[in-house]
Amino acid sequence: MKLTGAEILIECLLEQGVDTVFGYPGGAVLNIYDALYQYQDRITHYLTAHEQGAAHAADGYARSTGKTGVVIATSGPGATNLVTGIATAYMDSIPVVAITGNVSCNLLGLDSFQEVDITGITMPITKHNFIVKDVKDLADTIRRAFYIANEGRKGPVLIDIPKDVTILSAEYEKQPPIPLPKENIGFTQAELEKAAEMIQKSARPFLYTGGGVILSDAADEVAALADLLDAPVASSLMGQGGFDQTDSRYIGMLGMHGTKTASLAVGACDLFIGIGTRFSDRVVLKISAFAPQAKILQIDIDPAEVNKNIKVDHTLIGDIRETLEKLNRMLKKQTHAAWMEQVAGWQKEFPLRQIGKTETDVTPQYVLETLDRLTDGNAVIATEVGQNQMWAAQFYKNRRPHSFISSGGLGTMGYGLGAAIGAQVGNPDKTVVNIAGDGSFHMNLNELVTLSKYQIPVIELVFNNHVLGMVRQWQRLFYGKRFSQTTLDRPTDYLKLAEAFGIRGFRITQKDQVENVLQQALAEKGPVLIDCVIDKDINVLPMVPAGAPVGEPILDITIDD
Amino acid sequence: MESQHILSVLADNNSGVLLRISGLFSRRGYNIASLSAAETENPKVSRMTIVVNSDEDTLEQICKQLNKLVDIKEVRVLAPDNAVCREHILIQAGTSPETRSGLIEVANLFRANILDTAANSLILELTGSPRKIQAFVQLVEPYGIRRLVKTGVSALERGEIGPFEE
Repeated sequence: MKLTGAEILIECLLEQGVDTVFGYPGGAVLNIYDALYQYQDRITHYLTAHEQGAAHAADGYARSTGKTGVVIATSGPGATNLVTGIATAYMDSIPVVAITGNVSCNLLGLDSFQEVDITGITMPITKHNFIVKDVKDLADTIRRAFYIANEGRKGPVLIDIPKDVTILSAEYEKQPPIPLPKENIGFTQAELEKAAEMIQKSARPFLYTGGGVILSDAADEVAALADLLDAPVASSLMGQGGFDQTDSRYIGMLGMHGTKTASLAVGACDLFIGIGTRFSDRVVLKISAFAPQAKILQIDIDPAEVNKNIKVDHTLIGDIRETLEKLNRMLKKQTHAAWMEQVAGWQKEFPLRQIGKTETDVTPQYVLETLDRLTDGNAVIATEVGQNQMWAAQFYKNRRPHSFISSGGLGTMGYGLGAAIGAQVGNPDKTVVNIAGDGSFHMNLNELVTLSKYQIPVIELVFNNHVLGMVRQWQRLFYGKRFSQTTLDRPTDYLKLAEAFGIRGFRITQKDQVENVLQQALAEKGPVLIDCVIDKDINVLPMVPAGAPVGEPILDITIDD
Repeated sequence: MESQHILSVLADNNSGVLLRISGLFSRRGYNIASLSAAETENPKVSRMTIVVNSDEDTLEQICKQLNKLVDIKEVRVLAPDNAVCREHILIQAGTSPETRSGLIEVANLFRANILDTAANSLILELTGSPRKIQAFVQLVEPYGIRRLVKTGVSALERGEIGPFEE
């Protein structure tokens, strides 16, 4: 069957089971959008306000569904507007296929109108990228792109398609997706036995779960391991939801804004098991002071993550689910009553607690815990970046994987709203809430119009403290309270803004309004914007300064001005 | 401790593959001493020899990160005593009637070829191990090097029969 390049592209998306794409049209993708028009009964296209929003939506869709997110943009500025979104997906290993148009092949390299070398630009932020200059190569390139995005450690792949390639025709024959490798095990039986032996010998094991647990759908296996091990479990920001946070073994996040309990437990453990984690600088902090008494066992799919940030004692390289299935079978049930009791003691001694200036002050802890209760922890929580993100991770008890959608590695302010759009589109039956701060909100609030246009019922909850809170917190601690450019005090009227976009708006200024407003917002069928006014000096605590030992977090910051 | 390592890398001969490799080195701060690349007997595949200065930990990372590039098919660290390493150099050196014969003598000692003879310069060509090339350059230097171009090291692992050179 002879089809145009644009039709081949859509057919290949259908081969991969894609029924939803995000994007923005333009000159170089006119033919692709013409094909989308023909196929609109089979592929739903969501038009965002800006390509960046579309890229984040594809990413949020992928994170919340486990499927591959697809985003389409035109050449030049359309393509460069994807860059932050692609880099965000890359840092967090999210499978996204980005399709960009480009000028026709005969115009490439001539600084033509809206021409940009997007494969050159995205080389360091994609797993791989392609430019397709012959329509005969198009179908196989798209098939490979989906394979690469999902094989091994996942990540974004970009396909750049010059305009003439979308017009020209080639033979097309439908094919099933390239099957992913059946087995992903890169260790020997002896290495597996050694890992099991390390675990059996440990008196004070510590289980640490990262984003890899979610990417490999290994939450059940991790839960089984925690049970066999009888160990405390901490999660990274990316690992939120990979282990049920209402489980008694869960002790919170680890790292810069982890719990004091997790910090102390890392210091005291004799075996640190890191699963699907890359030991980022925000977690390890001072390398020489990290888990000083412990042997470190790392389980990950990417061998390049071994001995990169920290030296480890033993590794199992493989898909986490497959690896844990094998490992769990070798382990006997253990009990570490004394150790668990010690950890429980710390938990009692160092709970996470936010106190407002007055009794009626709204604290993020109170809002998020109320939201948790009203949604039974079943909501999908997206976040922006900064204090809002840390509070969301600390106080909303994520129960299951794919339910915490946050830019961990890149720390992209303006990520959350687009991501929440993708998450809601991918999970129409779930409650999706984007936890934002007023700084992040102003970066990409244009996507409110996407919520409104498609009536996507995301709850946009803005913790409005009128400052860039996280940066302010650092300025307070380390820059002599010189609050350079972090006092926003913008005159935005959120209720009028909501109205202008055709969205229901609420404002919270007092504690006793919280439950009522959240209930109304949850009952609303369409999108909601909540302006939740909080004090500008509620800090994220505990806090371990960069480069300090993880065991010595700051627990209190005096506000004396 | 930093030392020199020779990597032999087999890659799909796609456009941009060199950029992917050099980009990886520059953004991760790895140090390339030399890189030589060309297509192999199979035009779809190219082989490159990359010489890096690094400690053992960084070498491990370099190999792992290279292996993650989709276009790369194989990365091998060559053991110096089990590999043949060659570099190719062209040197244009200045001569005067007094120094000309001395320079020709140096060229002959190294079995270098004289490719161009002009009134006051010679172009010499030599292929050899990096050490030999280095020694050659040192001996030519006093005559006045006008221009110099080197290919960087290309290396292959030896066969299994045993050590044998030329």
